[in-house]
Amino acid sequence: MTHRLMQLVLAAMMALVHVSATAAPLRIEITEGVVEPLPFALPVFVPESPQAAELAQQVSRVVAQDLIGTGLFREIPSDAHISRVSSFGAPVAFADWKAINAQALITGAVGTDGAGRLTVKFRAWDVFAGTELVPGQQFASSEDGWRRLAHKVADQVYSSLTGETPYFDSRVVFVSETGPKNKREKRLAIMDYDGSNVQYLTDSSAIVLAPRFSPSGDRVLYTSYASGFPRVHVLTVGDVRSRVLQSNEGVMSFAPRFSPDGRTVVYSLTQGSNTDIWAMDVASGATRRMTNSPAIETAPSYSPDGSQIVFESDRSGSQQLYIMSAAGGDARRISFGQSGRYGTPVWSPRGDLIAFTKQNAGRFHIGVMRTDGSEERLLTASFLDEGPSWAPNGRVLMFARETQGAQGASALYSVDVSGRNLKRVRTPAGGSDPSWGPLQ
Amino acid sequence: MKQITKAMMLVAVLGVAACTNADRFDNDFDAGAGAGTGVAVPGSADDPTSVAHFQQRVGDRVLFAVDQSNLSPEGQTVLAGQAAWLLRNSDYLAIIEGHADEQGTRQYNLALGARRANAVMEYLVAQGVPQSRLKFVSYGKERPIEICSQEACYAQNRRAVTIISAGLTG
Repeated sequence: MTHRLMQLVLAAMMALVHVSATAAPLRIEITEGVVEPLPFALPVFVPESPQAAELAQQVSRVVAQDLIGTGLFREIPSDAHISRVSSFGAPVAFADWKAINAQALITGAVGTDGAGRLTVKFRAWDVFAGTELVPGQQFASSEDGWRRLAHKVADQVYSSLTGETPYFDSRVVFVSETGPKNKREKRLAIMDYDGSNVQYLTDSSAIVLAPRFSPSGDRVLYTSYASGFPRVHVLTVGDVRSRVLQSNEGVMSFAPRFSPDGRTVVYSLTQGSNTDIWAMDVASGATRRMTNSPAIETAPSYSPDGSQIVFESDRSGSQQLYIMSAAGGDARRISFGQSGRYGTPVWSPRGDLIAFTKQNAGRFHIGVMRTDGSEERLLTASFLDEGPSWAPNGRVLMFARETQGAQGASALYSVDVSGRNLKRVRTPAGGSDPSWGPLQ
Repeated sequence: MKQITKAMMLVAVLGVAACTNADRFDNDFDAGAGAGTGVAVPGSADDPTSVAHFQQRVGDRVLFAVDQSNLSPEGQTVLAGQAAWLLRNSDYLAIIEGHADEQGTRQYNLALGARRANAVMEYLVAQGVPQSRLKFVSYGKERPIEICSQEACYAQNRRAVTIISAGLTG
């Protein structure tokens, strides 16, 4: 049964399963644990013409890398394979794949039509059950879209094996960084989730900070010093045009984020010594004050249903996390750690967790807590970890890690919400302030 | 002669104020270096009406404690000098830049730098400098001048710097 395979992967993802003794629905808590990744085989997809041979290699590699990169799967190297797959339609010799303990088998074929059109067919098999996990499917695009096709294939396999919604076919907007700390040059850039296909959206003539994707990925909010003062801008990804969103004379605006319906932007506005959270209706430009305290209120992030906003404030005397209604007004504090400061809260797309940056005893952590502040877990620790952003399925967080000292540089990292599988996301230059966009 | 002096001063001023690239955050002030003894060379640090004088003799910056924006007694002394200079040289405007060290999250540090810059601005206004001549901006932790990851550097980075710029009146 394929059900058995999914259970294997689920066990790998959860590592520990708590069953509530009284409540009727099974409640599963994701916790940290060491697991054995599920072994799969992915023989190079069959090229349907000699011209497709190189693309078949490339597509196969990216599919395998997507799966391996989750930390949930392990690839059995091709030199251990007994069977060769010579045609997409040929029957699968399950015994040969069982013999090398491949739990899952992914087969495929890649064709080109000579006019720049690429097609990828694929299937995934539960080897020990002898059944199809993913029935034969086909994707097509232009040849230069081959990476997206590979991510789509991997997304299908990932979903069928985990029961989770996927995230490989997604993009990340971030700040590309070059130069030493005192002369750092920053540009907005956009890339595939795995660091490929980097495109720059701005030059480095003005400091740019903290880009945030719109829910559909068509726009990016960010803060730019183009006017000499930090101001919230909005950029349309399609034509790379941007405009100032909040330009009141004599004030700074920053830390913008879209509401889940993309119609409202919440952000911070500084007037005198006071920084409060405001909301703007994007269409009309009408603004509304959301907090009214003499403290610093910033880094607002909506709940996925749009009804609440989590933000940080130092109204208690130190940076802590609070939740208020999306209409603004009273807020309740949710962070009550023994010590430390909490900032940059981000609501999970699943709604159940809030990721944050915690600063404590000279170290920085990326952590998660439930929306009532309970079950705080720190996923990372370093000299400076900052600014988590959720994968569209809420399983992985991307953040920036800055290293210490005069030679210090910033790079992007990702970590599973379980705390496992911490790894660098390779970008051509340094990186910070990642914002993970939706599944395309 | 007065015209020429004023023109020279403006050149010196614009050299500081019109520059918006990152080099401005370097902490070396060479303007007026090597000025001879005796008569002050206009525009040099020995010329009390010069921007170089403001930067080097009056002091263009105050420093802050970790996560604080209140002014130290030393800071208040520097700012009293800044206010007196601005009142004597009423053709000039100023932008106060607030900064934070790297030990903090980006948005919070932007707001913290604004608190620091605003504290300076309020102090100058209380000393009689018209608010219309002053603006402030925060760079948060984006523009440190010292880049070691130790308190010796952090202390220099937690600062508010008063940048003099040319005024509108002639």
